[in-house]
Amino acid sequence: MAASRLRMSPGLEALVIPTGALAAALVLFGVFVLLLGHSPIEVYRLIWEGGFASSFAWQNTLSRAAPLILAALCVALPARAGLMVIGGEGALVLGGLSAAVIGHAMAGLWPLGVQLAMAAGAVVMGGLWVMAAGALRQYRGINETLSSLLLTYIAIALFNHLVEGPLRDPASLNKPSTAPIGEASMIGTLPGMDVHWGLAFGVVCCLALHLLVERTPWGFALRIVGGNARAARLAGLPVARLMLAACFLGGGAAGLAGMVEVAAVHGSANASLMAGYGYAGILVAFIARQNALAIVPVSILLGGLAASGGMLQRRLDLPDATVLVLQGMAFLLILASETLYGRLRARPRAEATA
Amino acid sequence: MRKVEQQQGVEVGVSPEAGRRRFVQGAGSAAIAASLAGWSAGAWAQAKLTVGVIYVGPRDDYGYNQAQAQAAAALKKMPGLRVVEQERVPETTDVQKAMASMIVQDGATLLFPTSFGYFDPHMLRMAEKFPKVRFAHCGGMWTQGKHPMNTGSYFGYIDECQYLNGILAGHASKTKKIGFIAAKPIPQVLRNCNAFLLGARSVDPKITCQLIVTGDWSLPVKEAEAVNSMADQGVDVITCHVDSPKVVVETAEKRGIFSCGYHANQSALAPKGYLSGAEWNWLTVYEQHVKDALSGAPFRNFVRGGLKEGFVRMSPYGRAVGEAARKQAEATRATMMKGDFIIFRGGLKDNTGKEVIAAGKGLIQTDPVLESMNYLVEGVIGKV
Repeated sequence: MAASRLRMSPGLEALVIPTGALAAALVLFGVFVLLLGHSPIEVYRLIWEGGFASSFAWQNTLSRAAPLILAALCVALPARAGLMVIGGEGALVLGGLSAAVIGHAMAGLWPLGVQLAMAAGAVVMGGLWVMAAGALRQYRGINETLSSLLLTYIAIALFNHLVEGPLRDPASLNKPSTAPIGEASMIGTLPGMDVHWGLAFGVVCCLALHLLVERTPWGFALRIVGGNARAARLAGLPVARLMLAACFLGGGAAGLAGMVEVAAVHGSANASLMAGYGYAGILVAFIARQNALAIVPVSILLGGLAASGGMLQRRLDLPDATVLVLQGMAFLLILASETLYGRLRARPRAEATA
Repeated sequence: MRKVEQQQGVEVGVSPEAGRRRFVQGAGSAAIAASLAGWSAGAWAQAKLTVGVIYVGPRDDYGYNQAQAQAAAALKKMPGLRVVEQERVPETTDVQKAMASMIVQDGATLLFPTSFGYFDPHMLRMAEKFPKVRFAHCGGMWTQGKHPMNTGSYFGYIDECQYLNGILAGHASKTKKIGFIAAKPIPQVLRNCNAFLLGARSVDPKITCQLIVTGDWSLPVKEAEAVNSMADQGVDVITCHVDSPKVVVETAEKRGIFSCGYHANQSALAPKGYLSGAEWNWLTVYEQHVKDALSGAPFRNFVRGGLKEGFVRMSPYGRAVGEAARKQAEATRATMMKGDFIIFRGGLKDNTGKEVIAAGKGLIQTDPVLESMNYLVEGVIGKV
C-alpha cells in the first residue's frame, strides 16, 4: 500500500520533475543575484510581477510565447520521425517573405481570402524548405542537422537579396522592406487582448499535431520510423514518405510563424523577421521533449522569463545578460532532470520489496 | 574585452547610485512582509518624470547603442528624473511590449526607442495606444500629417564629422587609398561614405575610397575580413558605418593601418592608429525633450542638428594626426560651426559619371533630398 502511494505515475512525473528543476534554477539564480548585491526576494517578486502577476503581464508573456510555439513545432515534428532539424529560422523567414509577396499581390481583395492565401503560401514555402533537408538525408545521406542549418544561411541570404533587391519597396529608404500588404489584410489581435492571433494558431497547431502524432495510425507509423527506421522499413512502412511529411509539417509550422509575423506585426517582410525565433524554437522543443502539447507551456515559460527580464533590467538596472543566466540555469537543470524520469518511481518500489 | 567588463561592473555593482538603490532595496525587502506592493509604489512615486530608453543591442557595444546609453547615463544625474532602460530588444512585438511595460508598469511618459526599426509599425502602434506619452525616435522620418503628434524623430548630420574624418584620412594616407565598411547600402550610410571621400579629396583629389558592404548591422567576422582584405589591397585608412565599429578599429590597429571611429569614441581600442571619430552627442537631444516634458511644452516632432547644434562631435585627435591635417580640419570645422559649410556641392558626379547635383546648386545640410541619397560619388569604388 505504502509503495503504491509513493509510486509516481508518468503523468505526475512529467509535471513534478520539470517544476522541481525550475524551482532549483530559481534558487540558484537567487544565489547569483545575491552575489551581485541584490535581494533575491525582490528579484523573485519582480519576475512574478513582470511575467505573471497582472493581466498586462500575462499579455506581455503570451505575445512573446506566440512565435515560439510555431517555431518549436519545426523541431518537434521531424524529431518524432527521428530527424534532428534545426533550420526553422530559414523556413520562417522564407515563409514570411512568401506571405508578404502574396499579400501585396492580392491587396484589396477579400481580406480572409488574402490571409488564407498568405498562410497557404507560407506553409508550402516553409514546408518545402525543411523538406529539402529531409530529402537530402533520405536520398543522399547528408546529415539533416547540418544541412538544415546551412539551408538557413542560404534562406537568409536569399531573403536579404530579394528584400534589398528585386522585391524592395522603393519607398522603404533606410529600412529595406517589401511593399506593404495593406492594413486591410492584417490579422488583428485576439478579442479583448493585446496579443495577436499567432498565439491561437500556435495552440491549435499544437493540439492538431499532437492528436495526429499520438492518436492516429499515421502518427503511430511516424513514431515507429522515429524509433527505428530500419525496423519500420522491414515492417513495410513508407519510411521516406513519412519522414518527408514530418519535415513538411514542421517547416510549414515555421513558415506559418513567418506569415503571422508579417500579417500581424510588420505588415511587410524586412530584416526584423530575423529575430531568432527559429533558433529559440529549438530550445523550446527540447525542453518540451519534442511533445507538441508540452510546447505550449514551455513557450509560455520562456515568454514569461523574457517579459520579466525586461522588468529586472528596468527596476534593478541589471544587464540583459542576467536574464540569460536565469534562462540558462533553468534550461540546463530541466534538461539535466531528464535523467530522473523513471527513477522517482523505481526507488520506493525497491524499498517496498526489500 | 576587459574594458567592457569593468564598465559593466561599474553599472551593476559599484556605482554609488546603484549602492543607494541597493540599500533602498534592502530596506524594502525587510518591509516586504508588511506590504508587498506598497514599497514599490512608494519608491516609484518620487520622480517627477520617468524616461524610458530602449536599445536594440548591448549598451556597451562601443557603437550605436553605447552612444545612446551615454546620454541616458547623463540624464540619470538630472534631479527629479528616473531613467529606466532595456537593452537587446528586437524589432518585433517585443519592443511594443517593452514600451508598453515602461508606460504601464513604470509610469514612463517620455520614451526614447532608439533603433531605426522600432519606428514603423511598433512605435506608431504604441503611440496610438498611449496618446499622452511622448515618443522620441532616433533616425526615423517623422512626417507632418502622416504620423501622430506625440511621436517624433531626431537625428544628426554626422556626415559633417565623416567629412572631417576624411580630411584627416586624406592627410594620413600614403597609398591614396582609403576604405569604408558599410552594413547596408541605405541613404544614411551612403551619405557618410560619400562625405568621407569628399573630405579626403579636399586634401588630394586623386584619393579613392573602397566600399565594402557586409550586409547587416552586426557581422563581426565579415567586418574583420573586410578590414583584412582592404589592408591587403593597400588601403591605409579605414572607417565604417556598422552598429559596433569595435572589430573594425581593432583589426585596423592590428594590421598597422589608420582608422577613424564612428558612433562613439573608440580611441582606447587603437591608441596608435586612431585618427579621430564621428561621435553622436545625444545628450543635447535628450535634455531638450526632458525639459519640454517637465515644463509641459509642446513636443518637438522633428529634430535635426549637426556640429553647430551639438548633436555630433569629433573624438579628440589621435597621436598620428599631423599639424597640417589638424589645421585644415579645424578650419573646416569652424565653417561648419557657423553653419555655412556645404559638403554636397553643385557639379557633383556619381561613380558612374552621372551628374547628381547640378552645377551651381549646392545642397545645404538640412535639404531633405540628401536623406534619400542613392548614389556613390566619383572616386568611391563600389556599387549601390
